[in-house]
Amino acid sequence: MADIIVQSFQQAINLLTSGNPEIYATVYRTIYVAGVGSLLACVWSIPIAVLLGLYNFKGKWVVKGFFNALIGIPTVALGLLMYLLLSRQGEFGSLHLLYTLNGIALGDALLVSPLIISFTANALGTADTQLRDLARTLGASGLRTNLKLIRETMWSMILSITAAFNRGFGELGIATLVGASLLGNGTIFSGTRVLTTAIALETNFGRFDVAMAYGIILMAIVIALALTLSLIERLREEDGLHVKLTFWRGLGGS
Amino acid sequence: MSLQLQLVDIKKSYRKFTALNSVSLEMQGGKITVLLGVNGAGKTTLMRIMAGLENADSGQLLFNNQNIDCKSLRQVTTLVFQKSAMFSTNIYENLAYGLKIRKVPKEDIKKKIADALQAVRLSGFEKRRAKKTSGGEQQRIALARAFLLESNVLLLDEPTANLDPNSASIIEKAIVSRKSSDRIIVIATHNLTQARRIADEIVHIHDGKIVEAADVINFFENPKSEISRKFVNGELEF
Repeated sequence: MADIIVQSFQQAINLLTSGNPEIYATVYRTIYVAGVGSLLACVWSIPIAVLLGLYNFKGKWVVKGFFNALIGIPTVALGLLMYLLLSRQGEFGSLHLLYTLNGIALGDALLVSPLIISFTANALGTADTQLRDLARTLGASGLRTNLKLIRETMWSMILSITAAFNRGFGELGIATLVGASLLGNGTIFSGTRVLTTAIALETNFGRFDVAMAYGIILMAIVIALALTLSLIERLREEDGLHVKLTFWRGLGGS
Repeated sequence: MSLQLQLVDIKKSYRKFTALNSVSLEMQGGKITVLLGVNGAGKTTLMRIMAGLENADSGQLLFNNQNIDCKSLRQVTTLVFQKSAMFSTNIYENLAYGLKIRKVPKEDIKKKIADALQAVRLSGFEKRRAKKTSGGEQQRIALARAFLLESNVLLLDEPTANLDPNSASIIEKAIVSRKSSDRIIVIATHNLTQARRIADEIVHIHDGKIVEAADVINFFENPKSEISRKFVNGELEF
């Protein structure tokens, strides 16, 4: 087993340095569907989260509970639903999104929406209640107070969008059913193949080292993203602009 | 004529708990009124109602003999909270927030902030992140932020709680320096020695009721109510 892991690392490095365009295309497709999916989800999720986080209405706890529950929705179940809706006989068949990257991105957007809504609404709702009172006692109107609270929780929002991206980046069910890249010998629908489906496909073919190599690439991207965010957060927490400028100059910026 | 803020028969309950029970009170500009009472007496609730952050269940608030609602109250009052709240920006931006809302010109903001920071002995702190400063410094920033707005009514809820004597002394001096006929200053505290040092008038609140209101000398030398006498002598059990 240890041999396979060592070989996988070597294989991952070989794959990345081989200049094989399919590898880069797979990585690009994965980033594309997760990125477009997360951004698309933001379009409706952030307004819903603001509504849930900052305003009180009857039955709010039920709506919040509903979105909390949807965070754990199995990707295969959502993938199946998407498949039925997007198939030729489905309600949205005319959009021709089945077996396309945009179809997967749409599925990802639906998958990560509850996550963005719940995390952001929670951050807004638990933002120090004193901050709301502070803004009001300093003369801010209701709208201005809410805008200030949104600004104060901006970092939490960025983190929730990142978590959404990671969820979309590592999901398999939607990519499998909507992208159908596991069908046939893997070449017919290779245009929708992403890292997770590539791992599943290579495992099916018994090429464990290649599958592991894809896994390592996937993990490396997720970890690199998390570390980058941690670095930005640290710079932000440390001393704001001064450290940022020093860092920028250190990289040769002006 | 100095300013006047009147509370008439104010009542406030939270479910079954009565926080304020028929509170009537009158405060004048040019004087420091100290709301004195043990923890849970109703001081903070009263301050929040006076700041326009909460509605009373019943009763009237009069500013210069005119009825005033919450929204209008927020335009003439500024409350400094017991636990100072800071925005996640630098000190300059924290201080400038209220002034920007009031559309004060940029150059004036700069000058006013420099003066306000000097008043609380934090000159040169403009670019520091507000949340990274110490508790005492944050309380002084909060005070400077309130001073800048030059509100008619300055409300300070336990402004020196948990602070070292040096920070407390700086804050007390800064508060006293703001006394003027066109400003009402109200401080909520349970600190008797502080009340004796800076108050012109004392209002003793207990269990949501005002048990005594008197000038500082009469309150400490000759308290009329039994509860106040016990409180002054440190005999009040609660």
